[in-house]
Amino acid sequence: MTITSPSSASSPTDVDGPYLQVEDLTVTFPTQDGPVQAVKGLSYSVELGKTLGIVGESGSGKSVSSMAVMGLHDAKSSEISGSIRLGGTEIVGLSESRMRKLRGNAMAMIFQDALAALHPFYRVGDQLAEAYAMHHPKASKRDGRRKAIEMLDRVGIPQPDRRVDDFAHQFSGGMRQRVMIAMGLINDPSLLIADEPTTALDVTVQAQILDLLQDLQREFNSAVIIITHDLGVIAEMADDVLVMYAGRCVEFGTTKEILTRPEMPYSWGLLSSIPEVGASTDARLIPIPGNPPSLLRPPSGCSFHPRCSHRDKVPGDLCFTELPELTPASNRAGHLKRCHLPNPEEIYLTEVLPEIAPDLAEETR
Amino acid sequence: MSQDPNAKVGIDASEIGANAAETGERDLSHHAPDVVDDHEVVKAPLDFHELAELGHAATALNPLAEPIISVDNLKMYFPVKSSGLIRRTVGHVQAVDGVSFEVPRGGSLGLVGESGCGKSTTGRLITRLYKPTGGSMMFEGKDLAKLSNSEMRPLRRDVQMIFQDPYTSLNPRHTVGTIVGSPLAVHKIVPKDKILPRVQELLEVVGLNPEHYNRYPNEFSGGQRQRIGIARALTLNPKLLVADEPVSALDVSIQAQVVNLLQDLQREFDIAFLFIAHDLAVVRHFCPEVAVMYLGKIVEIGDRDTIYGHAHHPYTQALLSAVPDVKQAAIGGRRERIRLEGDVPSPINPPSGCRFRTRCQFAQEICAKVEPPLLQIGQRHKVACHFAGELGAHPATPVTTDLLGVDDQGTPVPGATPTNKQLTIPGYEDTWYDLKSKHTTGV
Repeated sequence: MTITSPSSASSPTDVDGPYLQVEDLTVTFPTQDGPVQAVKGLSYSVELGKTLGIVGESGSGKSVSSMAVMGLHDAKSSEISGSIRLGGTEIVGLSESRMRKLRGNAMAMIFQDALAALHPFYRVGDQLAEAYAMHHPKASKRDGRRKAIEMLDRVGIPQPDRRVDDFAHQFSGGMRQRVMIAMGLINDPSLLIADEPTTALDVTVQAQILDLLQDLQREFNSAVIIITHDLGVIAEMADDVLVMYAGRCVEFGTTKEILTRPEMPYSWGLLSSIPEVGASTDARLIPIPGNPPSLLRPPSGCSFHPRCSHRDKVPGDLCFTELPELTPASNRAGHLKRCHLPNPEEIYLTEVLPEIAPDLAEETR
Repeated sequence: MSQDPNAKVGIDASEIGANAAETGERDLSHHAPDVVDDHEVVKAPLDFHELAELGHAATALNPLAEPIISVDNLKMYFPVKSSGLIRRTVGHVQAVDGVSFEVPRGGSLGLVGESGCGKSTTGRLITRLYKPTGGSMMFEGKDLAKLSNSEMRPLRRDVQMIFQDPYTSLNPRHTVGTIVGSPLAVHKIVPKDKILPRVQELLEVVGLNPEHYNRYPNEFSGGQRQRIGIARALTLNPKLLVADEPVSALDVSIQAQVVNLLQDLQREFDIAFLFIAHDLAVVRHFCPEVAVMYLGKIVEIGDRDTIYGHAHHPYTQALLSAVPDVKQAAIGGRRERIRLEGDVPSPINPPSGCRFRTRCQFAQEICAKVEPPLLQIGQRHKVACHFAGELGAHPATPVTTDLLGVDDQGTPVPGATPTNKQLTIPGYEDTWYDLKSKHTTGV
């Protein structure tokens, strides 16, 4: 079945260029101990029909930056600078009433914990209908209910006309996540942000949800941002990857580039600290030493230098004193990295890869 | 202040710089609450080659190791009570229904499966947090399933547990020293004044600063808290550790640190692990042997290469195909996968015959009638399926008919005698049933 797109849903496809454009985004939270810069100078863009994957540890700013896109930060307790353009509309500094018209309509978000994100006292059908009615003031109650059933059916919930009157706790984890997705997509948004959509789910359910997200994206031609720490999910879902560390973008490029030829030691560390089901059993598991830095007192120079095991290969004390710029990686278009290493590709192929994937290193030789 | 460990040793609290809250000298400019790095003493070297040396490859299998625990036909049924004044038992949740396996001494067995398949219950049965409904667990010549709580107590030191969530498994009102040291006090193993040195030794073993024994858990990061949980489990020199999802609550970059630490400890102290996790990749790295559970039963068990390379059960194959693979980035798009429809059925009223049949694409009549036995089909490989075969090569007729004395539809053949004798043996036999020749063969 197909969903007829409601007329009031924004259709900003006439705007040229990427649908979402984030430029030099900085999010600061003033605290008692001083300002915490959770996101610093972040720029990226997503086109309609494309998927951007954002990876990084907790505290790297991946959720904070997407919440800024959704306008979910309280203006009283946060300072946002830079520019976020959604289909030609500038979001930074937009009034709350106008923001409310966009949120859930032109853009929507799927959260990690569906049980916490759904209201326990209201029937899921009523919650879905509310999301619909909010942006369709003329719609009757019956329209809302019909739409809710339609969406539950679309996300693959069996017997949607009966399940629509159930409460959130009566659904299993995977079904609950489907309800969340239905709620996110009920107004046919052009931008969907999925914040760790499958982290709490079993692998089989995760595969179902990822299939569903991909089908829906194809159908609605929406731009999708998927935030996760699972590089496998990134590999199968995303077109482009943004690696974040301590609030900054440290590497950006196509998924293939980032996951097969990464040029930043933090990306190497992420790859080497995750075992793979298909890897050789001789592959070593090499953790990133230490802990993520405090954003209250970020390290000088490159924020990754206290944990970087390749900093001795950089001449002088550049890593300690100077923040590397986001520069194009060796000879590949669209691949950006933030690192002082002069020959990262060589180091990756000759030193890192033989340890973490001996079979792959043989092949490339 | 009698509980203050410093009072005994005669150290001024301010000397160790730790318990600032107790001495009333907390100075935020020195001890910012978000600085967690100084809790760790064993600083990893920052040279990549040294760092790589510290990382471990996947643990290898020792096929000659004797079993340390031998679990036979273990069952756990939780009663379901009716509502109302007289709470009658109206049914049972068959959380674990007849599992048999062995954990080799100093080795590790991985237990994988979806949530609700009974893997955590199995772990809790082995540590005797639950008393099993049936079956036996032979550990050092004693059956843990039959022991009373008081008989169990001296054995508890040999079987310890690491929990999933380091935020809820540590008491926030106890210091790290109390948490790690209390097993020593409970079991009265060392005199009270020897507890502190042992605690400090343990903290050092897991890579934490031993001087921080009287800090509270909230001052530590997630990975460091999990180290505290590991130190507590190690306190009594256990022979068997049940690790229930020990890394799944941790950040990606920290997971590898903890997995490497567990591998170090296993080598150093010769500890056997029952490693419960839903992350198939971590289990593959840590465990040379893996058991796959579905709805309270083991459906396939075998060594790493067999399970991950030549799985014969449709459920194992579906699980493996669902794992997203980083290598897919080189090819692009999604991997071909086996789609499992629907959810796991209720363990209160599980399907008849094979429990997986409601979601299995190969299911036929026999699957509903006869339960497939966990049949040994290789030197270290057992599978419970009527149509066991490698992916894409499942046989058209049931392989188990001769053994069970039934025809292809699962109806008993009059006069036929079931020949299968190896239904619930915890370990492996020297002879097994070869699927190709349909005869018992050996090494």
